[in-house]
Amino acid sequence: MASATVMAGGLRVQETHTITVLVDNKPGVLARVSGLFARRGYNIESLTVSITEDPEVSRMTIVVGGDSDTLEQITKQLHKLIDVLKVYDYLDTPMLARELALIKVNAEPGQRLELMQLIEIFRGRVIDVADKTYVIEVTGGGDKIDAFEKQMEAFGVRELVRTGRIAMMRGSRTV
Amino acid sequence: MAKIKSTGARALLECLRREGVDTIFGYPGGAVIPLYDEIYHCDFLQHILVRHEQGGGHMAEGYAHATGKVGVCIGTSGPGATNLVTPITDAMMDSIPLVAITGQVRTEVIGKDAFQEADITGITMPITKHNWLVKDVNDLPRIMHEAFHIARSGRPGPVLVDVPVDIARALLEYDPDEAQKVNIRSFKSEFKVHPVQIKRAAELIAEAKKPILYIGGGAKAAAAGDEVRELAERIGIPVTTTLHGLGTFPENHELSLGMLGMHGTAYANYAVHNADLLIAVGARFDDRVTGKVSAFAPEAKVIHMDIDPGEINKVRRADVAIVGDCRAALREILTLVEPRNDMDSIMALSEWRHEIGKWKTDFPLEAPTGQDDGQLHSEHVIREIARITDRKVVVTTDVGQHQMWSAQHFGMRSPRQFITSGGLGTMGFGLPAAIGASFGLGPDTDVWCISGDGSFQMCLQELMVARIYNLPVKIAILNNQFLGMVRQWQEMFWQKHYSEVNLEKAPDFVKLADAYDIPGLRCEHPEDVEATVRKAMETPGPVLIDFRVAKETNVYPMIPSGQTIDEMIVRRPDSPAIPMTPPSPAEPLELRLPQPNEVVDVAR
Repeated sequence: MASATVMAGGLRVQETHTITVLVDNKPGVLARVSGLFARRGYNIESLTVSITEDPEVSRMTIVVGGDSDTLEQITKQLHKLIDVLKVYDYLDTPMLARELALIKVNAEPGQRLELMQLIEIFRGRVIDVADKTYVIEVTGGGDKIDAFEKQMEAFGVRELVRTGRIAMMRGSRTV
Repeated sequence: MAKIKSTGARALLECLRREGVDTIFGYPGGAVIPLYDEIYHCDFLQHILVRHEQGGGHMAEGYAHATGKVGVCIGTSGPGATNLVTPITDAMMDSIPLVAITGQVRTEVIGKDAFQEADITGITMPITKHNWLVKDVNDLPRIMHEAFHIARSGRPGPVLVDVPVDIARALLEYDPDEAQKVNIRSFKSEFKVHPVQIKRAAELIAEAKKPILYIGGGAKAAAAGDEVRELAERIGIPVTTTLHGLGTFPENHELSLGMLGMHGTAYANYAVHNADLLIAVGARFDDRVTGKVSAFAPEAKVIHMDIDPGEINKVRRADVAIVGDCRAALREILTLVEPRNDMDSIMALSEWRHEIGKWKTDFPLEAPTGQDDGQLHSEHVIREIARITDRKVVVTTDVGQHQMWSAQHFGMRSPRQFITSGGLGTMGFGLPAAIGASFGLGPDTDVWCISGDGSFQMCLQELMVARIYNLPVKIAILNNQFLGMVRQWQEMFWQKHYSEVNLEKAPDFVKLADAYDIPGLRCEHPEDVEATVRKAMETPGPVLIDFRVAKETNVYPMIPSGQTIDEMIVRRPDSPAIPMTPPSPAEPLELRLPQPNEVVDVAR
């Protein structure tokens, strides 16, 4: 799925795409892919790599921004890498996308009730409790995590870490 | 076939034999001694001992350029490998099939900053189609055959195989026939041309009133010269070529417009600017061709044929995109395209050719003969070399003014006749490329290396190789005692600030040739050109000629970098010229918002 905005006064439509890249599970493949993005000036928002159901194949999920000409080039240039097996751009394809965040927030005794209610609303979980802090785990789409982060600011965020996006097609189709 | 026992090094050579390699260019060093020990015992390979790995890389390129076969070069680990970086990049930019084999330190010390260690697979990742560090000797035969397959398939290009010294010495047992069966599931190089696109292309060709064929190096790589000619002649379409397309369409043909672009002919550029259809065959809309992209061929629809899907819509959006072998694509198009038979469309084309003919008359390429000023002019020297050799030679060049003058004035007749460093623009390419080409073509074909005094000094150590093998390589140095192209830009755009371009302090090239036991000639006057060229032709083996040409002359026409045809400088400002009346500029092309669904999936 692509989100599109017209740049003020510009003619190019900037889009953000989510791309799944299936690659041979070999050393150096990540360097080839990230090197390609760097040298051609493509703008990566996030990149995750993981194993798949096939031990010989790794799966990258790349969130990338640019105009449609750039995005077309990204797909084509990725295909030219010998280790790349498949490139799928979730353009107009219903997609399930998730990220995970761990947030260490201040949890003073007087604020814990309010904090727990918010965590409940966002379906997060407290996975570590200390005297003055909680570590909260929350998953979901990027917007949801952004919103949760914003809510947590009132309590005081001590540390935050987020994974990149992972994505999968809805329905029985596979990449 | 049964399995055989072998060392890694011997298995590597067996792979070369099976790939049909007969000549390799290399330089030994610690990490490749096991390989050189096998070469010592090898009876099917001619190994050329170069004098610098860069020279070896360019020789392999020249060999590949001239023959269409894969060039092979060898360097040791560390500096041997890094010296190959320039030729590998050059081959990447110009789509030359090249297999570079490098030694590497022992596997157990990789990553420990060992003596002569360099991460050459890391370094060459962006400049190869693919590369491998061999970590298990059992993988070596498969990797070698994959390397050749990838180098020559699809859009050709360089690959690199990095072989640690202990892998070369290790023993393996393998089935060579099995290893040769390359099966890379993620690599697709053959694309069947799409019939719908072919049909649309044929329709556009039938409708066009002002078509131009724009022929690039891809047409040469696909050996599509005959098909280009057939299409051009059947309809009557004028043809312009890129630097690497030169010769794929003979320049003495009445439909030829020569080269287009920054230093292309004025008439080719006017024709492209006014065209209503641009048929690009294996060309990539390079910035030296287009100048400012939004003002390039603003009125034209574009049919773009290329074997690399990545070239489609990279610079210029194609109205019809045909991904696949250019020759196959043209053959399919030729089955649908018929000679024009209605009067109107015949007249339209005839008017178009007439218009172009007028530009040809009004803005011809100029080549001063020196009759008025008594000076030797590079353009004249190149035309004389072409005339006197009857163009039955292969030409290599270095990079700069002499390169552009060669492209403009030699008048190529056949594909692979002109070998030059286009994309990367590598000074020092010419001499080793001529040597490599000569090994590929054999002793009966003279190879003329047209060089400049700057470029020549960048790889001149390879003179020794030309001498040892008595190669018919004729080196013509167009010596203007300047780094001429940079000087030209400084003159034209930097108020004559001649910063660090003076090469007056130079070796005596004739004496230098003599030091290498190569006959050296000097030519200073226009009336001596013919005798000098004939002397070079009659002398067997290598000859060097120092042509002392006019010092401050410029390459024209010129469209300054990134600009449009309106800024084209057609001729020398002091030239006794017909007043220049360029064709009326077309309205600037409106930028169109691309639709998101235009992003085509080229999944293979």
